[in-house]
Amino acid sequence: MPTVTFDKATRIYPGGTKPAVDALDLDIADGEFLVLVGPSGCGKSTSLRMLAGLEDVNGGAIRIGDRDVTHLPPKDRNIAMVFQNYALYPHMTVADNMGFALKIAGVNKAEIRRKVEEAGKILDLTEYLDRKPKALSGGQRQRVAMGRAIVREPQVFLMDEPLSNLDAKLRVQTRTQIASLQRRLGITTVYVTHDQVEAMTMGDRVAVLKDGLLQQVDTPRNMYDRPANLFVAGFIGSPAMNLVEVPLADGGVKFGESVIPVSRTAVDEAAAAGDRTVTIGVRPEHLDLVGEGDALAKDGGKGLAVTVNVVEELGADGYVYGTAKVGDESKDLVVRVSGRAVPQKGEVLHVVPRSGETHVFSTSSGARLSD
Amino acid sequence: MWADALTKFGNAAGAVVVFVAVLLLIFFAAGRATGRVSKPLAVTIFLGPALLLLAVGLIVPAIRTITLSFYNDDSSKFLGGSNYTWVFTSSGEQQILLNTLLWIIVAPVVTTVLGLVLALLVDRLKHQGLYKAFIFMPMAISFVGASIIWKFVYNYRDPSQPQIGLLSQICLWLGWHNPPNWILSHPLNNFLLMVIMVWVQTGFAMVVLSAAIKAIPDEITEAAVLDGARGWRLFQYVTIPMIRNTLVVVLTTVMITTLKLFDIIRTMTGGNFGTQVLANEMYSQSFTEFNTGRGSALAVILFVAVLPLVGYNIVQLRRERATR
Repeated sequence: MPTVTFDKATRIYPGGTKPAVDALDLDIADGEFLVLVGPSGCGKSTSLRMLAGLEDVNGGAIRIGDRDVTHLPPKDRNIAMVFQNYALYPHMTVADNMGFALKIAGVNKAEIRRKVEEAGKILDLTEYLDRKPKALSGGQRQRVAMGRAIVREPQVFLMDEPLSNLDAKLRVQTRTQIASLQRRLGITTVYVTHDQVEAMTMGDRVAVLKDGLLQQVDTPRNMYDRPANLFVAGFIGSPAMNLVEVPLADGGVKFGESVIPVSRTAVDEAAAAGDRTVTIGVRPEHLDLVGEGDALAKDGGKGLAVTVNVVEELGADGYVYGTAKVGDESKDLVVRVSGRAVPQKGEVLHVVPRSGETHVFSTSSGARLSD
Repeated sequence: MWADALTKFGNAAGAVVVFVAVLLLIFFAAGRATGRVSKPLAVTIFLGPALLLLAVGLIVPAIRTITLSFYNDDSSKFLGGSNYTWVFTSSGEQQILLNTLLWIIVAPVVTTVLGLVLALLVDRLKHQGLYKAFIFMPMAISFVGASIIWKFVYNYRDPSQPQIGLLSQICLWLGWHNPPNWILSHPLNNFLLMVIMVWVQTGFAMVVLSAAIKAIPDEITEAAVLDGARGWRLFQYVTIPMIRNTLVVVLTTVMITTLKLFDIIRTMTGGNFGTQVLANEMYSQSFTEFNTGRGSALAVILFVAVLPLVGYNIVQLRRERATR
């Protein structure tokens, strides 16, 4: 199994000036499951289609293993793709759908049948092999699309939002099936999704794109713990990280009535860029409530006052959606609270970030300042 | 003259007013009806006129034609099936049946294949709407008009004279010094007449097939390309099967038009020189030879021949609608 390399790969659509994918640099290891994620229009599907050969590459190169495939036609790249709406051939049976690539490649019929049946067994499709796609459910069609990719034994799997047409429950179930199937087959896989939960749960590594530019590539854990910039911080995690612009103060930054410590280097970097504020990122689960009594004792301030608007109770815990006054403007915040002690609507909470769990970003450039 | 026209116009307007008044009266009466009669009355009022027109225009003539086909030329003597025997055994009529068969096989197939090729080619051009409009335009010309145009194309003059026939002139330019009189050359003349039909119908085939090809989802073509199918094999395994239903509809529609073909033959040759077909022969027997029996028998044969095609078309359309 080979690696996949994007080397400054660029795609500019005809008639446009702004690249849809701008000098993408990405190294995907042998057997790795890499997820491309980002909001719609970020260039993730275009990147995948460039790798598939369905989209021209206007600059840079794409390599599979040591082979430069930048300008090879799709069929010579030894890849298989699963499409969002599966793109099954409606006039062929399930078995013919799965065996079509082999038939075109001139493999003999007995061999095709053997491979199709093997894949059918893996995907639990044996009894449906002679049906037409029309007679299958959404989940079964999705598995046929997977089967069509498996049967070819390609060097690389490409998947373009393959779960987005399934209902919520089936999606969660199929998510784990695809991930475990990929680990079992060990085939290098590039997976496109707009759903950050899918990205976090399935990928060995996750690549976040925005406006055709790669924002960060990392393991899901690192992506969550150390987002490289404001965009990634806001995109990864659900509910999203709270991002609050706060003024610099002596020994740290002023967070409501508290001063929270921030590393010296971060403050210096912000000051060097001429900023008087930084943006603090705190995940909902890292905001601690402070009572009237202990607040002064703890930090010399009461933290940030949040007025509760809505409470989402999820059983084990709850999410409080509230508004806080930061500087002159009001700011929406999310705080995770224990499911046993949820506040009432209209109540005022005082919150401070848990020490060591704050992320500091430059307000002007959006880049991460803390380590 | 104006006064005359005015009177006629006034009469027509008067008739319409009376008609509407009668209708309103009937509706008013039906609206007041209650109880058990109201529903049957409504059914009669709404269905009655349509049924009446259908009977007068379609059912009665059909029955009468079938009956007449078993009688002699002036419908005075019952002949049994001898009119039919004549159609299938007389050598002149056999030639006509053969011509018709040739027409309904060659013309629709050529039209459909040509339409498909044009659809594939034109879809790749810029300004395809313009080209399609030009190719579709003959469709707007009646068969009679088209035949007159082509009569000039096939026109024959002595090769030493200036030519007005395009085909002859092209042959002369290409160095063939003695082109034949096209319309008189049997069996070539049959195919020359088919060219007119193809010319008129290809635009229709192209437009419908082009729409069908465009309706194939991009992902399916892309999936096939990734599976390694390109060019001819992509066409053979994916494009053709996916537009199969449309192909059949186009083929049968042109076939039905061809089977009823009358105008081209009437205008170009009048059925002479071995170009006669069923529909024109039906007309000739009925209104030139005044043999109502034989004319009716030919009409019935034509009717029976069209039936399975129409039936198949309807089934096909139904199936397509069901899958949507």
